[in-house]
Amino acid sequence: MYRILKKEMLAPKIKLIQVYAPEICTHARPGQFVILRMHEKGERIPLTIADSDRDTGLLTLVFQEVGKSTTELGMLSEGDSILDIVGPLGTARDIEKLDCVVCVAGGVGVAPMYPEAKAYHLLGTRVISLIGAQTKDMLIFKDRMEKVSDEVYYSTDDGSFGHKGFVTEILCKLLEDGLRPDEVIAIGPLPMMRAAARVTERFGVKTVVSLNAIMVDGTGMCGSCRVTVDGEVKFSCVEGPAFDGHKVDFDELIARQNRFLAEEKLALERYLAGVGGCKCHQK
Amino acid sequence: MSSKVRQPRQEMPKQQPDVRSKNFQEVALGYTEELAVAEANRCIQCPKKPCVSGCPVGVDIPEFIDLIAKGDFLGAARKIKEKNSLPAMCGRVCPQETQCEAVCTLGKRGEPVAIGALERFCADYERMHGDPLSDAQRSDGSSGRVAVVGSGPAGLTCASELAKLGYKVVLFESLHDTGGVLRYGIPEFRLPKAIVDEEVEYIKSQGVEIRLNVLVGATVTVDELFQEGFDAIFLGTGAGLPYFLGIPGENLNGVYSANEFLTRVNLMKAYRFPDYDTPVWVGKRVAVVGGGNVAMDSARTALRLGAEKVTVVYRRSRAEMPARLEEIENAEEEGIEFYLLANPVRILSDDKGWVKGMECVRMELGEEDSSGRRRPVPVPGSEFILDVDTVISAVGTDPNPLLVRTIPGLDLGRRGNVIIDEETGMTNIPGVFAGGDIVTGSATVIAAMGAGKAAAHGIDKYISARNGRGM
Repeated sequence: MYRILKKEMLAPKIKLIQVYAPEICTHARPGQFVILRMHEKGERIPLTIADSDRDTGLLTLVFQEVGKSTTELGMLSEGDSILDIVGPLGTARDIEKLDCVVCVAGGVGVAPMYPEAKAYHLLGTRVISLIGAQTKDMLIFKDRMEKVSDEVYYSTDDGSFGHKGFVTEILCKLLEDGLRPDEVIAIGPLPMMRAAARVTERFGVKTVVSLNAIMVDGTGMCGSCRVTVDGEVKFSCVEGPAFDGHKVDFDELIARQNRFLAEEKLALERYLAGVGGCKCHQK
Repeated sequence: MSSKVRQPRQEMPKQQPDVRSKNFQEVALGYTEELAVAEANRCIQCPKKPCVSGCPVGVDIPEFIDLIAKGDFLGAARKIKEKNSLPAMCGRVCPQETQCEAVCTLGKRGEPVAIGALERFCADYERMHGDPLSDAQRSDGSSGRVAVVGSGPAGLTCASELAKLGYKVVLFESLHDTGGVLRYGIPEFRLPKAIVDEEVEYIKSQGVEIRLNVLVGATVTVDELFQEGFDAIFLGTGAGLPYFLGIPGENLNGVYSANEFLTRVNLMKAYRFPDYDTPVWVGKRVAVVGGGNVAMDSARTALRLGAEKVTVVYRRSRAEMPARLEEIENAEEEGIEFYLLANPVRILSDDKGWVKGMECVRMELGEEDSSGRRRPVPVPGSEFILDVDTVISAVGTDPNPLLVRTIPGLDLGRRGNVIIDEETGMTNIPGVFAGGDIVTGSATVIAAMGAGKAAAHGIDKYISARNGRGM
């Protein structure tokens, strides 16, 4: 059992929880994830590690409430417990000192971006962060990202903060202006990562994306998370979640993410009818 | 003696096909006391006991059968457990027809004794009428400490055997529940999970500590386990890496590996969605590719989830199917259709990325291949389209690479299998042992149990020698 020691509302429907998981924290490296299961009837939910502290053993996870399971997870309070957490899973990113990296993060994807940006920053790499959200209220990890970045640019869909439009438009502008980072890292919704990869491909800039494919075991056993990379089938739970963004078949992956849409809708509706909806925004 | 040979083998009662194909309860219902005694009386107690040598864990088969014949069912159960800690599971899923029953003396002139059914009867009887935990000896841990990685049949058996030898055993499992393939692979209707739970309880009562949600190699490394003071480590991580078909369309929506499909249904209990949170989607017409037990399990599971038509597509003929005959017959009785001598070529997509058909080619059997089976060869121009909306690929698995690749210098075979010394079960790294599917590739529950047991004795010798104790 993992007791929730801290819970924060980062934005509407985006929440942060912290649990004590020393073994995971000792071994976690940027880019890795955990799988948690709330209770006996729960799904196995993969969540990228947003932060892990070796000294305190505190594991930080950030999630957005999308379906039944994440909505239910969001209902837990400090002091409540999560039944199972396993990790760290996936292949860690090999992070070495570079001259310059650009971190393109969208929505809840800013949280998993943070450990990578931090790792580059600590090595002395120049970190330029481009952070996008639907609206100002949905921007998360602003302070944290600013602390580990040399420059930060913001965009919102509605123009309520920073550039009005897509974060990939800022990326395009920077590259057009002559910026040539050693690497672009893109983490966020699949269409955003696809757009980022398309932009950088034109400029021949290496681009790493972090895929959030549907998983069950997360240890390479089921192949639910398979994705085509450079014409080859890869399991993103084991060989990923990071892949060369220019080689990922995003269209196939976007279609695969809809595999259980009808079931997910049913489960959420049934859950919300049962609990009367989330009450935390009414406070 | 001759009158015994003429006694027919007692059939085990089963749920009727039209009833069972709509539920997930166990298909085979088990012997009654009367049936068990009648079947036990068929055993002629021949002096050579070929059945014992046919059993990978060497159960004293004639002895336990004699106890059943005398009505001492609890005594029979204890007799089995001297050699086999998981009798309720073995009685259900062992391929007795190729092991103990294959060499039964009665089988030479008629039908062999139903050893598997009798084993199951004893274990079930003890569970219902006795105290299965009463004879478990709790290990005092004085012999040493061993880490067992993987709680499938190999790991459970190895742990149990080491506990009997006085070791403190910690059993590590990466999933949230024990049992490995017994839990995620074999369906409830063939192996009720309550039975897995009870047999795991038995092993716990021997003093084995179970740690779930630990992926050895990631959550804790093998080196760290040695540093923590474990004297030896057993790798029983199985053959969990699914093959795919390697044909166009295999990533379409509606294509599952059997591992994904069965894990959703068995481990995650998706058959009880939405009461349980994990979904599984199955269409109206399902093709299952493959001819082994996993293919039969997948097909019968799809049927129980409401598919209207389920077709098994297998590239050889019925005679070559690796599944147990009993499971093929169960599937046939339930209305599973078989498209034999056919192989998928590509999976067809609708305009939204979902399966709308599977193109197959007919096959014929050519020359024998290295497995001794006749090689299937495509018949040119015989392509045809199977009208399906779901495809389940059950064409086998490879050893799981996740842990073994984190151990520097570990000798691996061509397919990622761990190489061991046949006699001791030890790998090329001192103190690291392995057994089960991670060594052999995908095989049977009982073979993995046999390997787990053999490795336990190898580990005991290794630690005893190191500690200067008598060999």
